[in-house]
Amino acid sequence: MAIYPDPTALSGGPATTAAGPTPADVAQADADVEVALESLGQWQLAWRRFRKHRMAMVGLGFFVFMVLVAIFGPIIVPYDPLNIPGSTIPGGMPPSLAHPFGTDNDGRDVFAMVVNGARISVAIGGISMLIAGIVGVGVGAIAGYFGGWVDNVLMRVVDTFFAIPLLFVILVAARFFGEGQVTSLILIFGLLSWPIIARLVRASFLSLRESDFVEAARAVGVKDARITFRHILPNAIGPVIVAMTLIMASNIVLEAFVSYLNFGISPDQTSWGNALANAQSALGLGNWWWAFFPGMAIAITVMAINFVGDGLRDALDPRTRL
Amino acid sequence: MGTPPPPDVLLDVRDLRTYFRVMDGTVPAVDGVSFQVHRGETLGVVGESGCGKSVTALTIMRLIETPPGEIVGGEVWFNGRDILTLSSDEMLQVRGAEMAMIFQEPMTSLNPVLTIGDQIAEAVVAHKKVGHKAAWDRAIEMLQLVGIPEAQRRVKQHPHELSGGMRQRVMIALALSCDPKLLIADEPTTALDVTIQAQILELIRRVQEETGTALLLITHDLGVVAETVQRVVVMYAGKVVETGTVDEVLQDPKHPYTEGLLASIPSQGLRGTRLNVIRGSIPNPFRMPVGCRFAPRCPYAFDPCRDHEPPLEGPGDGDRRVACWLHSRPPFGIEHRPRYGTSTATALAQRTAGVAS
Repeated sequence: MAIYPDPTALSGGPATTAAGPTPADVAQADADVEVALESLGQWQLAWRRFRKHRMAMVGLGFFVFMVLVAIFGPIIVPYDPLNIPGSTIPGGMPPSLAHPFGTDNDGRDVFAMVVNGARISVAIGGISMLIAGIVGVGVGAIAGYFGGWVDNVLMRVVDTFFAIPLLFVILVAARFFGEGQVTSLILIFGLLSWPIIARLVRASFLSLRESDFVEAARAVGVKDARITFRHILPNAIGPVIVAMTLIMASNIVLEAFVSYLNFGISPDQTSWGNALANAQSALGLGNWWWAFFPGMAIAITVMAINFVGDGLRDALDPRTRL
Repeated sequence: MGTPPPPDVLLDVRDLRTYFRVMDGTVPAVDGVSFQVHRGETLGVVGESGCGKSVTALTIMRLIETPPGEIVGGEVWFNGRDILTLSSDEMLQVRGAEMAMIFQEPMTSLNPVLTIGDQIAEAVVAHKKVGHKAAWDRAIEMLQLVGIPEAQRRVKQHPHELSGGMRQRVMIALALSCDPKLLIADEPTTALDVTIQAQILELIRRVQEETGTALLLITHDLGVVAETVQRVVVMYAGKVVETGTVDEVLQDPKHPYTEGLLASIPSQGLRGTRLNVIRGSIPNPFRMPVGCRFAPRCPYAFDPCRDHEPPLEGPGDGDRRVACWLHSRPPFGIEHRPRYGTSTATALAQRTAGVAS
């Protein structure tokens, strides 16, 4: 293939005559240092920008902590949130060393409820987010790539999702198909929250399809499918990730809401929503800890995820320069 | 269906018409354009913005989006085939491998999320039966060819780590990575600093000589044309108005538009005087003038110009062609009565004298 003359001769490359550390070698050493600073991909750059976002880092820290709690917490906490000890104190016990978040009417440990609830809440938020992401990216990419009537049909479906009151659909679906199961709630939330992602992806595709680098890729004979997945999709993924964090946060809130209305997770399982529903019966007795700790768990987790989303928005925006 | 051109003609564009059908009507962006590029030759296409240069290039590459664009007529013979008859799959094998293109905007023509090596290797893998490693080596080799220092390191970098001039070098490396027979450069230096412009032009000239590829250079800069090309096609409002060798066209422009273009180049000797301009602006594309499209702006326009389109024909021998009634026998016995002229008037005087005798 090498039909060209020696390239170093062409570019007037550095002469390799002198022995010892020539200025060229020094320059090379400098260049190596530069490599460490420079050769960063899209993700490394984004991470570097993300790290500068203090609230996002705090949010990420708390979120990671919450995930760890969800995974390991129930193993460590000595109380079973569903175990009802014999002796009951009306109104429960206030927070103490033995029960840092207090107990409820039946003597159940609120701390154990919050820790065990994290598992279901994080699972519902996280997995429904992944489902929404996969379906949304798929639908949006197909619509944006094929265009024409395919685009029209898919986008009308998306419009329908935006046109109907989703809360109502979720409540009905949770009541009739949910059966109090975590997996069915995950599916319901996931399959109802993808349209916003589909719309985002399609919009990005439509503008990226016209971009100079896509035209340049076409001009060297890159196939359409490859252009779609290798050139367009990675450039469209930033806003999608941001939207996915927001979906996760809102689905955690949604779980609490639906469970609070007794449409969600069955009462024999522990979720933050169930803990709140449980607390509802006894509000006004001065036992603030029933509602406070599960409520705070939801609020702080959602806020942490939103901070992460905020940081990601800045970090993944290609217009932000380091 | 035409017949193939002789084998030494690499690209033969015949009566090409690309129209854009939009809400407000039809824009004849390219309207009956014909020219040839011989193997290894450099042809310049000049004209002001919006005259159809880039659309001509994109049509040759078959990169016009349909709709709104549509190639409504003509033939593009390339390397012995009329590529307008090829399927889009066949065209994938032509694009990049046999003809390649350098774009105007190096800052946006490279994918920001892929390394430059990935992007060059991708083109190589698409056309040559080689593995990733060989394609990667080829990318390094190409970067060295276009004079990028430390190609081994640069190949792993992303576009944002390179300057505009460097990126245009990468675009050239990308375009040449599969040894195309034809390189189309669409305003390759317009977006660059003046000093970088000269380097990039020099580079294009050098690699063209080394690889023997033919070059179709699209530009509005007559200085670039004078330095780089062998033959020139002057376009105005979707049509070719004049062709010839670069010396012929630049030193003895026959068409009033070419004359106007040359006269509007600022010159050191004319410091303090008013800059010449071509009065008016390009015609509304939805309502092209009926006769010569330049007639509304032409200082020499006379009777036949407004009603009859001048043919592109030779004022003399050779490949010289010009589409202007000043140089063609007027149709239908209409009185040939131009108002005034300078160098063009000389040609006119000769012609009328010829007609009279």
